[in-house]
Amino acid sequence: MDNLTRLGLYKTMVLSRSFEEAILRDYHADKKPAWDIGAGLIPGEMHLSAGQEPVAAGVCAHLTADDAVTATHRPHHFAIAHGMDLKLLAAEIFGRETGLGKGRGGHMHLFDPSIHFSCSGIIAEGYPPALGQAFAFQHQGKNSVAVAVTGEGAANQGAFHESLNLAALWKLPVVFIVEDNDWAISVSRDASTSIRSNAVRATSYGLRGTRIQDNSVEGVWDAAKTAIERARAGEGPSLIEVQTVRLWGHFEGDAQAYRNDLDTLIDPIPAYANQLESDGILTPELVKGIAEDAKSRVDDAFEYAKSSPFPSAAEVGNYVFA
Amino acid sequence: MVLIDTSSASVSTRRLTTAKAMVEGISQEMERDPSVFVLGEDVGAYGGIFSSTTGLLERFGPHRVMDTPISETAFMGLATGAAVEGMRPIVELMFVDFFGVCMDQIYNHMAKIHYESGGNVKVPLVLMTAVGGGYSDGAQHSQCLWGTFAHMPGLKVVVPSNPFDAKGLMISAIRDDNPVVYMFHKGVMGLPWMAKNPRSLGPVPEKPYEVPIGKASVVRTGKDMTIVTLSLSVHHALDAADDLAQQGIDCEVIDLRSLVPLDREAVLESVSKTGRLLVVDEDYQSFGLSGELAAVVAETDPRLLKAPVSRLAIPDVPIPYSRTLEYAVLPTMERIVSAAKRVMA
Repeated sequence: MDNLTRLGLYKTMVLSRSFEEAILRDYHADKKPAWDIGAGLIPGEMHLSAGQEPVAAGVCAHLTADDAVTATHRPHHFAIAHGMDLKLLAAEIFGRETGLGKGRGGHMHLFDPSIHFSCSGIIAEGYPPALGQAFAFQHQGKNSVAVAVTGEGAANQGAFHESLNLAALWKLPVVFIVEDNDWAISVSRDASTSIRSNAVRATSYGLRGTRIQDNSVEGVWDAAKTAIERARAGEGPSLIEVQTVRLWGHFEGDAQAYRNDLDTLIDPIPAYANQLESDGILTPELVKGIAEDAKSRVDDAFEYAKSSPFPSAAEVGNYVFA
Repeated sequence: MVLIDTSSASVSTRRLTTAKAMVEGISQEMERDPSVFVLGEDVGAYGGIFSSTTGLLERFGPHRVMDTPISETAFMGLATGAAVEGMRPIVELMFVDFFGVCMDQIYNHMAKIHYESGGNVKVPLVLMTAVGGGYSDGAQHSQCLWGTFAHMPGLKVVVPSNPFDAKGLMISAIRDDNPVVYMFHKGVMGLPWMAKNPRSLGPVPEKPYEVPIGKASVVRTGKDMTIVTLSLSVHHALDAADDLAQQGIDCEVIDLRSLVPLDREAVLESVSKTGRLLVVDEDYQSFGLSGELAAVVAETDPRLLKAPVSRLAIPDVPIPYSRTLEYAVLPTMERIVSAAKRVMA
């Protein structure tokens, strides 16, 4: 793995975190004194991905804009790692006419056809559409792949199991990603799942299954490289499960009283910065510069979003049908 | 819109069953457009349990006509994903009653993506599915449920009653840039192994043609009352109208053909003329099509009516198995005649 690639992974993670820290700030800024989920510049549920950036960065480093990603209700890190325009993303989250969905989608419903990106607010239900995108790529003679993401809680849904079987049966160019952050909202993995590794489930359906135990962006990068190359070569689907970490709540406002692991969490971004510094790839100055660069891109995007108009109520019925 | 190419010599002579007309529509579109493909359970070698895909596998091969595992969520979502990428899938849900195992993919994904994307992502696909009872298949294989699909924004819903419309609506549905739910009643297909109305065999032009989605058809003109219905009940209503004519009641019969968009104008125009409305619906009565049509009239001008709106629908019970019970709830010709007489009384 070359230095430029490692630096690229770091920058992607920092950009994603920088975006979400800005969301966090603006989300809570105007919900005081009585916290109201529907109030403020950014209303509604907000699921942030802090801690899970290594998964998105490691996978999406192998993708181009011609490849598809279907993400979850917690989609920002994959959207950003896959190259989504931050302005269009921010404007959608702020509910503006200039957003990806002209304010009709919101943060769980992001659709960007220019990078074949979509997400779903329904657990595990992003897997089946990815099968169709992979099927279309295959039929159209393209070399593209589809990456489908879920959490470990979703692996107990029927959609997960149906999709694994069908992907293997039809040898579709799909790579399934399971982000195991230990928590399905408040229910721990141990309380929800009968086996330790979803790689085993993948194997049982005839897919190549891998589990990465340490939230390592480079580990993800390695596994994704193999899986995506195999998919592109027509060698069939794979599943990669990553033991990652949910640094913040299930959604903003979640007090997380059910969690007993908050003291043990390792933030993967400073950990990776330390590693790259000790390998002589990063310096404290570079770390600062990368953070500033990310913040400036995010600031631009937020300024664009906040200065954009709201959609017209008179046009609420537009786009129900093509 | 021109419904058929009247210069074609074949317009009126050749007769096909509804099933064969549907298949011909699919087949002609598959020839015209390589992005059209068919998937579902038993759509390949079997040709569809209700003959909706007969011969397509032999003609187009296993890369365009695909049997799926019994995994409706997976293959319904697959159809949506393929449509998003520019293909035009025709996906069969064997019985509409099975929607419960895959409804998330239908109403939360297929139906909403275009809206949520602000019009940036189209989902051009046909979800075709068998509906209806009358042959003792019980509560889980006999429902119509079109009201359920029509209720949810983002899905067009078409319900052909005869061979001509079956082909034309299929072609329109395939060419439409939206998800179109195409609901065919088993009793109109002309299947050799099920009782059928004689109108399930009818003239079908050989050339491709479109029947516009959202346009009802006045299948019988009359002056005393309007019967609005769809699907197999159209045939029962026409039979009832013949009977009622002998008793001096002149019925106009409207075949809606589409539920979404709903041709409100056709209903209002007819009711303006007759002043009486009987809705015949093989779907459940409450919260559905019959109430919707009553509202269309009431919201427009209740003074159009000389008599209260009347409804003949499944009376909010699961479809029973035993023949005597099932035929006690289905909108048969005899029950339509009785209901019409009550409207005129």
